[in-house]
Amino acid sequence: MLSQFAYRKAGSVQEAIELSSRPGARILAGGSDLLGCLRDGVFSADRIVSISGLKELKGVAATAGGGMRIGALATLAEIAGHPRLRQAYPALAQAAAAAASPQLRNQGTIGGNLCQRPRCWYFRGDFPCARKGGDTCYAIAGENQLHCIFGGEGCYMVHPSDTAPALLALDAKVRIQGRKGARTIPLASFFVLPSVDPRRENALAPGELLTEILLDPPEPGARGLYRKVRERGAFDFALVGAAIVLAISEGTVKKARVALSGVAPVPWRSEEAEAALAGKKLDQQAIAAAAAAAVKDAEPLSGNGYKIPLVRGMVEDALSALAG
Amino acid sequence: MKPNDDESERSALSRRRFFNSMAAGAGGAALIAGPGEGRDPRLEAPPDRAETIRIPLTVNGRQHSLTVEPRWTLLYALREQLGLTGTKPGCERGECGACTVLIDGQVRYACMTLAVEAAGASITTLEGLMRGEELGPVQQAFAQEDAFQCGYCTPGQAMSAEGLLRKSPNPSVDEIREEMSGNLCRCGAYPHIVKAVQRAASMRKGGVS
Ligand SMILES: Cc1cc2nc3c(=O)[nH]c(=O)nc-3n(C[C@H](O)[C@H](O)[C@H](O)COP(=O)(O)OP(=O)(O)OC[C@H]3O[C@@H](n4cnc5c(N)ncnc54)[C@H](O)[C@@H]3O)c2cc1C
Ligand code: FES
Ligand code: FES
Repeated sequence: MLSQFAYRKAGSVQEAIELSSRPGARILAGGSDLLGCLRDGVFSADRIVSISGLKELKGVAATAGGGMRIGALATLAEIAGHPRLRQAYPALAQAAAAAASPQLRNQGTIGGNLCQRPRCWYFRGDFPCARKGGDTCYAIAGENQLHCIFGGEGCYMVHPSDTAPALLALDAKVRIQGRKGARTIPLASFFVLPSVDPRRENALAPGELLTEILLDPPEPGARGLYRKVRERGAFDFALVGAAIVLAISEGTVKKARVALSGVAPVPWRSEEAEAALAGKKLDQQAIAAAAAAAVKDAEPLSGNGYKIPLVRGMVEDALSALAG
Repeated sequence: MKPNDDESERSALSRRRFFNSMAAGAGGAALIAGPGEGRDPRLEAPPDRAETIRIPLTVNGRQHSLTVEPRWTLLYALREQLGLTGTKPGCERGECGACTVLIDGQVRYACMTLAVEAAGASITTLEGLMRGEELGPVQQAFAQEDAFQCGYCTPGQAMSAEGLLRKSPNPSVDEIREEMSGNLCRCGAYPHIVKAVQRAASMRKGGVS
């Protein structure tokens, strides 16, 4: 049985903001991550503010400019099955389809997927780790085979979301609403590295809501995909994953985006791999160079060195699939 | 309670909790503030009182009006309030699928869904797959294909199969594997489970539905 909390169902975004501004309040969208955290005592909640009834946060629709607007409450199943997303933004549709299980994709929202808490076993377990305000990351000296090889400083968890790297590779923007009004920021500046603050994963302040995700129209000649490697064939978080979006014209890569999952405390853009592809023909040589560049600066812990060849092989494989 | 509450506040809160528990004991369901009720948050009752909410819920075609605590999961409400024990508790963390039900026709984990969040929804549980006193086609198919050993995961597997066949009456093996992937079987009955889903699909087509 969960501990007691008060429950409020918000009738508007404004009301959700007011209700969730108070300390101890937690937002519930689908609840599939929140309930797990409450059950495991990762944090507590005095008050649950449900946003699940907010129609203005639902739906996936084309924008006037030829892009897409995805409401924060769009479910992963909706995104995975959306014809326009599958055709024009395959990296995102594939990432949503590869996340969790059918039951969880029916429940989990894209907003919740971006805001879900880390799966690090110390954070989820009974350890007063740095992310809970303590002064140690237990993974440094402990069991760290699922932890990060980039960006770990003070905390070595990996960001658990599959959709985050896909949206990053698509240069998505997110709209945030709070007491002080609304702002739209690139998804890249939404996520927070532990060197900035190990206690939070994103830029949301208490009472702030992620309301929608905005995608630009696809570039001419765009192709993309999401690759995910996990310990079993289905229903598992990524050991490592890669979202790749390329714009190719006249045989040359005009623009490349490579964003990795399972390697860093934030979805990790590999500008090194992108640079190795830009302006090149997508041939074996460029592919091998990009895959090597993707792991060049990796800093493994005692138990996760295997992620380096795994990422390298996965990126090589994914790029070859896009070249074919 | 927050650690920084001072002594006088603490005794005021516990007094209030005492009266609330009296009210609950007398059968009075405490009313909760509805959306838009803009009262001073400092005047709200402490969160550890047992707030209850009345929700309409249709389960296997029958309409119910349930009084639930916000912290109750749909799994708890189905089993403990309605006595529908066909829905099994396993991990209670969204990791195993034993608690699978259909919410408005979609497969969902009842352990990860608050009962209040299901208000107004139509739920199908294992009991809803019965045809009177007889097993329904999905259940029969699991029995005929020996698609279990200990059987603990079977109710959840049957619900996932039902959810799949409602949206895709003629699934391929790959589709079955993917759509059944949210249900773990510790006994490893997977090959038989795939066969059971195939058999259930043909039974449904053959008019046993
Ligand atoms: C067993 C299991 C396996 C999983 N496997 C995967 C996987 O392989 N890949 C993957 O990507 N994910 C995986 N997940 C995570 C799952 O996809 C997320 O739980 C889900 O997407 C979260 O969405 P939700 O709407 O249920 O979020 P909720 O649980 O409602 O919310 C999650 C968090 O985000 C906050 N939040 C939610 N929406 C907003 C908003 N609009 N604005 C501000 N804050 C918000 C909440 O306060 C909460 O802290 C798995 C989860 C489980 C339980
Ligand atoms: S009991 Fe719900 S998924 Fe395991
Ligand atoms: S039959 Fe035993 S867990 Fe599936």
